[in-house]
Amino acid sequence: MSAVYITGIGSISSQKTFDNTEFLNEINTYTDNVISVVNPNYKEYIPAAAARRMAKGIKMGVVASRIALVDANINNVDAIITGTGMGCVRDSEKFVSAIIDNNEQYLTPTSFIQSTHNTVGGQIALGLQCKGYNFTYVHASVSFESALLDAQLQLENDEANTILIGGVDEHGDHTITIHKLINHIKSEKTDSTRILDSKTEGAIFGEGANFFVVSNQKQDSNYAEVIAVQTYNTLTETEVSRAAQLFLEDNNLSIDNIDAIVLGNNGDVKYDTFYNELSSNLFKDTQQVYYKHLCGEFNTASSFGVWLASKILKTQKLPEVVRLNKKSTSNFTTILLYNQYRGENHSFTLLRKC
Amino acid sequence: MSKGVAITGMGIISAIGNNVAENYQSLINGKKGISRVSKIDTIHKDDIMVGEIASTNLELEQQLGLTPDNNYSRTALLGTIAAKEAIQDAKIFDINAYKTGLVSATSVGGMDMTETYYYDYLENKSTQKYIEGHHAGDSTQKIAEQLGIEKSLVTTISTACSSAANAIMFGARLIKSGKLDRVIVGGSDCLSKFTINGFKTLMILSDTYNTPFDENRKGLNLGEAAAFLVLESDKVIATEKKEVLGYVKGYGNANDAYHQTASSENGDGATLAMQKALKVAAYTANDIDYINAHGTATGNNDLSEGRAILRVFGEEIPDFSSTKAYTGHTLAATGAIEAVYAILALKHNIIYPNLNFKTQMKEFDITPQLELKEKELHTVLSNSLGFGGNCSTIIFSKEQ
Repeated sequence: MSAVYITGIGSISSQKTFDNTEFLNEINTYTDNVISVVNPNYKEYIPAAAARRMAKGIKMGVVASRIALVDANINNVDAIITGTGMGCVRDSEKFVSAIIDNNEQYLTPTSFIQSTHNTVGGQIALGLQCKGYNFTYVHASVSFESALLDAQLQLENDEANTILIGGVDEHGDHTITIHKLINHIKSEKTDSTRILDSKTEGAIFGEGANFFVVSNQKQDSNYAEVIAVQTYNTLTETEVSRAAQLFLEDNNLSIDNIDAIVLGNNGDVKYDTFYNELSSNLFKDTQQVYYKHLCGEFNTASSFGVWLASKILKTQKLPEVVRLNKKSTSNFTTILLYNQYRGENHSFTLLRKC
Repeated sequence: MSKGVAITGMGIISAIGNNVAENYQSLINGKKGISRVSKIDTIHKDDIMVGEIASTNLELEQQLGLTPDNNYSRTALLGTIAAKEAIQDAKIFDINAYKTGLVSATSVGGMDMTETYYYDYLENKSTQKYIEGHHAGDSTQKIAEQLGIEKSLVTTISTACSSAANAIMFGARLIKSGKLDRVIVGGSDCLSKFTINGFKTLMILSDTYNTPFDENRKGLNLGEAAAFLVLESDKVIATEKKEVLGYVKGYGNANDAYHQTASSENGDGATLAMQKALKVAAYTANDIDYINAHGTATGNNDLSEGRAILRVFGEEIPDFSSTKAYTGHTLAATGAIEAVYAILALKHNIIYPNLNFKTQMKEFDITPQLELKEKELHTVLSNSLGFGGNCSTIIFSKEQ
């Protein structure tokens, strides 16, 4: 079986992450309950006229994938696998509201076309003229991990050599409004640096696109090796620790082998308990890392976690802003990631220094 | 690479039947499920026809024994019914006895409820339960829960009209790689105002019965349906001495990389998908006995797909037909619907007629199978082509 390496990354997030020469050098802090991305200059990558027509999700996906390809020093890939929870949700909203507001009349197809979940993946393929395998996974907080798993299986079995994978989600006004109504979004504006102390329900909603080139061929540009990824539709709080142990055992690792654990805490008092289960027990002596105060919560936010872990492994630096506890770990060889959203769709991912 | 993945159960609900047996009876009796829309209040009701499932949401909820406070979209209801039939058909009594996952497909998801309560959510607390049911993964989570699948791999694919074919493909890969011992794969999509109006704006809805591969085809009829297959590893088959209905022998996925909603003139993506599937199956084109075409009856699809078939099969085109005239185009579910039909074709050695065909297309001289035909079948190739240039082919076989 071939090994799987991350050979290029591209991130558009609420931090200035699109520049691969930096690593969270400057931190943007927020005091809101919904945060947007720091936009790169899209026109550097896409003709201005085309960029104007593109939905935000498409724009972020196309540009993040372009950055990842440049980083991996390649022009094309064998396959494109995208994860997105909601697709181009603004266009979905536009089309539904137009149907209702105009009683099904005077509609144009643009927003319907862009609302299809696989639009981002299709547009990336169109731009690259990539006729290879093209999938889009849309399963809430494991959308990105499903894409990663699919790529891993194909690369391990040499069905493909180089694959572009990514997670992308954009904000939609109506979606935000109704998710505030059901307390999935914090009702109060929250200081992003203190999000874990908020003791309130809901998360700060974010958006973004994190794309990766994964390959079964080792290159100089390598960030990390993907050892394993596993998803679970259900796990109770009491089952999380056992699941983590089994996952490590399956990969011939023990807790002591883990140099850092990257956790998806989002400050939701109701569901951060899943993370606390790991951070206060099995991994209490491990360097703990968190990131959703930097990028917000969205269906594919865990792809930012993979971006972060990749950067840590390559640079061997741990930015102060992502430390959840203070340990003296300075060598990072193996990183475990754990994420879930509202107690469902859990994932464990293991990355190793190349 | 060429060893097939065993299929041990299947379930379906569509406009031509509430289960596998009813669907088969309709197929061999030439009984269409196309009618005027009755369950959606749309201004287009007199100018479109659809493949609608007879049961109301309430009837489906009662059939599943759901309490009134449930927040199931119609997509979730249909999906659960079809997936439960598949489990029963595969004679699975303890779902967690083996590592079992679920890979479903949908494009509509919970849009039927979103479009109904879009503004109502803002003032009515009682409908807000559907907000969480909107995203595409929700119906899959519910189906998994209804089947008793826990702590396992459950995911959803949405690649427009090729979605369910891709769910079958990923499922087969999960079994082959040993990630899972058993996986339920398929898809579900209900009718919605969203898709009716979307396809209406693209001007590809027929105002009458759809006519695949006909020169005068006027577009597609939208349909709603759900179907699931149970795939099991050789180890499970041997241990449980299971009856095998057929095999997922080959699969191929390619992107047309041509246009967001239209297929390339010569069907580059479809050609590649069929070629890849043949390669995975270690077949040559001659090994295919029947093609269940995507055949949506839009001007663009049937021309592009027909040309792709010619490119792959040359002079010797196997019998082919589209079953969209029976069910309508069921979007993300279609790959699973037609997978069930392919396995029934293999089982009964039957090729279904391409209904409503009158006039030969002038761009080429291939003609679909027009009458029900009995023929010894060993292999069926099934195409699913979608928006975003997504092209998928699955090959089903009788022998592993």
